Amino acid sequence: MSTVFIALQANEETRPIIEAIEIDNPHAVVNRQPAMVKIDAPNRLVIRKETIEEQIGRAFDLQELHINLITLGGNVDEDDETLTLSWAE
Amino acid sequence: MDMKATKKKLGLKEKYRVMTRDLGWEPGYHTKEEIFPYATYEGIKVHDWDKWEDPFRLTMDAYWKYQAEKERKFYAIIDAHAQNNGHLNITDGRYLSALKVFLQAISPGEYAAHKGFSRVGREFPGVGTQVACQMQAIDEIRHAQTQIHALSNYNKYYNGFHAFADARDRMWYNTVARSFFDDAMSAGPFEFMIAIGFSFEYVLTNLLFVPFMSGAAYNGDMATVTFGFSAQSDEARHMTLGLECIKFMLEQDPDNLPIVQGWLDKWFWRGFRVLGLVSTMMDYMLPKRVMSWREAWEIYGVENGGALFKDLARYGIRPPKGWDDAEKATDHMSHQIMLGLYQWSFGTSLHSWIPSDEDMAWLSAKYPTTFDKYYRPRWEHIRKLAAEGKQFKNFGLAKLCQTCQLPIVFTEPDDPTMACHRETTYKGEKYHFCSDGCQHVFENEPEKYIQAWLPMPALFAELEGDIGKWMDWVSLRDGQDNGDYVGSVDQRNFEQWRGLATSNS
Amino acid sequence: MTVAATKEYVGVARDRVGNFNGKQLVYASWDHHLLFAAPFLLYAAPQMSFRELVEGPLTALVQPDPDGAAIDWTQVEWLKSNQPWTPDFERSLADNGIGHKDQIRFRTPNLTTLAVAA
Repeated sequence: MSTVFIALQANEETRPIIEAIEIDNPHAVVNRQPAMVKIDAPNRLVIRKETIEEQIGRAFDLQELHINLITLGGNVDEDDETLTLSWAE
Repeated sequence: MDMKATKKKLGLKEKYRVMTRDLGWEPGYHTKEEIFPYATYEGIKVHDWDKWEDPFRLTMDAYWKYQAEKERKFYAIIDAHAQNNGHLNITDGRYLSALKVFLQAISPGEYAAHKGFSRVGREFPGVGTQVACQMQAIDEIRHAQTQIHALSNYNKYYNGFHAFADARDRMWYNTVARSFFDDAMSAGPFEFMIAIGFSFEYVLTNLLFVPFMSGAAYNGDMATVTFGFSAQSDEARHMTLGLECIKFMLEQDPDNLPIVQGWLDKWFWRGFRVLGLVSTMMDYMLPKRVMSWREAWEIYGVENGGALFKDLARYGIRPPKGWDDAEKATDHMSHQIMLGLYQWSFGTSLHSWIPSDEDMAWLSAKYPTTFDKYYRPRWEHIRKLAAEGKQFKNFGLAKLCQTCQLPIVFTEPDDPTMACHRETTYKGEKYHFCSDGCQHVFENEPEKYIQAWLPMPALFAELEGDIGKWMDWVSLRDGQDNGDYVGSVDQRNFEQWRGLATSNS
Repeated sequence: MTVAATKEYVGVARDRVGNFNGKQLVYASWDHHLLFAAPFLLYAAPQMSFRELVEGPLTALVQPDPDGAAIDWTQVEWLKSNQPWTPDFERSLADNGIGHKDQIRFRTPNLTTLAVAA
């Protein structure tokens, strides 16, 4: 088992995004550090456009994540609906 | 005749195909070998460039949109910082030294990376690769510019910021980073991608930007947090490009594996040595510390780097050769480098200082097996000398490593009381190294490293050891930019201005 | 191994002795005395006697260490290029075989003030 992670700036734009990630990934651990939030998960983390849209109440393009993204770990796969981070099992 | 507009919006994968692959064409009157003359000489075999895909599938139109948004956010904060005397909100003037290291050693590296990616974007035959390298080239120059711009606000008030470009080229602790980038830029395009795209971006920039920038926030420096995180938002894409590049090479041909592994061994160690400066910034130069260098290494080196190499094991990749030595060095390197910076501080464009009792208590808590045993006695002796009015200045200068160019401050991996002595003779000339890792790098390509311009030998070869002339040459103003923080102009100004900002008298 | 290149690649050594104005570099390191963060870099004429090197720059440089004043230079154990070696104090660096960029080390097993905290 290896840890994948994503870190986002801590601000008003990312607050609902982080909530959405927590909803979709109950196994994830959220670490709050000065000015940033780092979310760790064993092997796999999935970020869904639909869940983020429900949280923020507007249409959201997953590529908007780039604006507040600090770093990540894991192999990335992105399409219109999801962004997935994973390590080979 | 009206064109019938198509209503359907392209999906991400479709759009990526149209806006990268479809930009390429088959050349008609020159061969591909003539157009891309540097694509094969390193020995990397590529059979199908179309297998290269950016996992983020970012296209140029989206790139400009999101980068513009990042810039707007960045300048809103930089303006507020300048308008609100942000330079007085930092926790302590000592923190400025970390910013000086950053501006002198790291920001010029961003510019070097810009030049490198511009070049390899031209040299790679694949269209997806060209587009990704072009974006990264633009990112890197943006990083250099935003960092210089943000830190120019500090240059209005404090010493040591004014001549960062001279310091970068000529100052002994900065040629460490310079030689790292020069080494990468003088390699072929694939090695450059492993050096910068993979080792530096994927394995190492997390350690440079994430805990350090979070630390900047902790120290009240919102200007630095902003350029740091703004840059790091691009790094996530760069890391992904670096990882994609390595997987691409390994999937294209089994003959690529030993070449890639050799580069990983080399560039992991080169990068780890550059991080020595970062370890010192984290453990000593942040007045308020989020985590120690050791803790950051656990998260981003051991855990994340370990996960990465475990993932790449399916291609036959093993962890880099210097991995175990790096682990052993982690509890020592920041102390060894800070002791050096302090005793040679007459020749640094930044201030250093003797850690306070509180600092030393923190260091011994964070480094329970090493600080009190090896490093506290030295600091306490240095403090005693200072109390007697004999500030410790080591005019013996230092033996530098031929490969990484750091002063050889490091010890044997298994004996922290014994300096690491490594030397070899090549074509009748003697060369010295700080570690087995650096010696291996040299011995693989001696013709390259015998050309290294080492700043301390150069002081004697070029200036016959005249320190005054050397200070002029590196644009160091004696008594202003250098020496102990205690008693410095920076200390006096910071404390006086902060007093004015927090009282009416 | 050689540098991967599109044509023959030959480097020119930068720090050859000819570039040092008739002098040379000598590195010197005191074993287990890491108050001095790195081996010293000395700039000396090859005609300088070993005694002048030791009693001049080397003695001055080691003074900040609490053991510095206690060194008996006739008793220290010497190494050159990491091998045991015996210098002749009256002869020159050149006659002692100390070439450009050579490193000498010295050991003082009885002097351990700053070595390791108990």
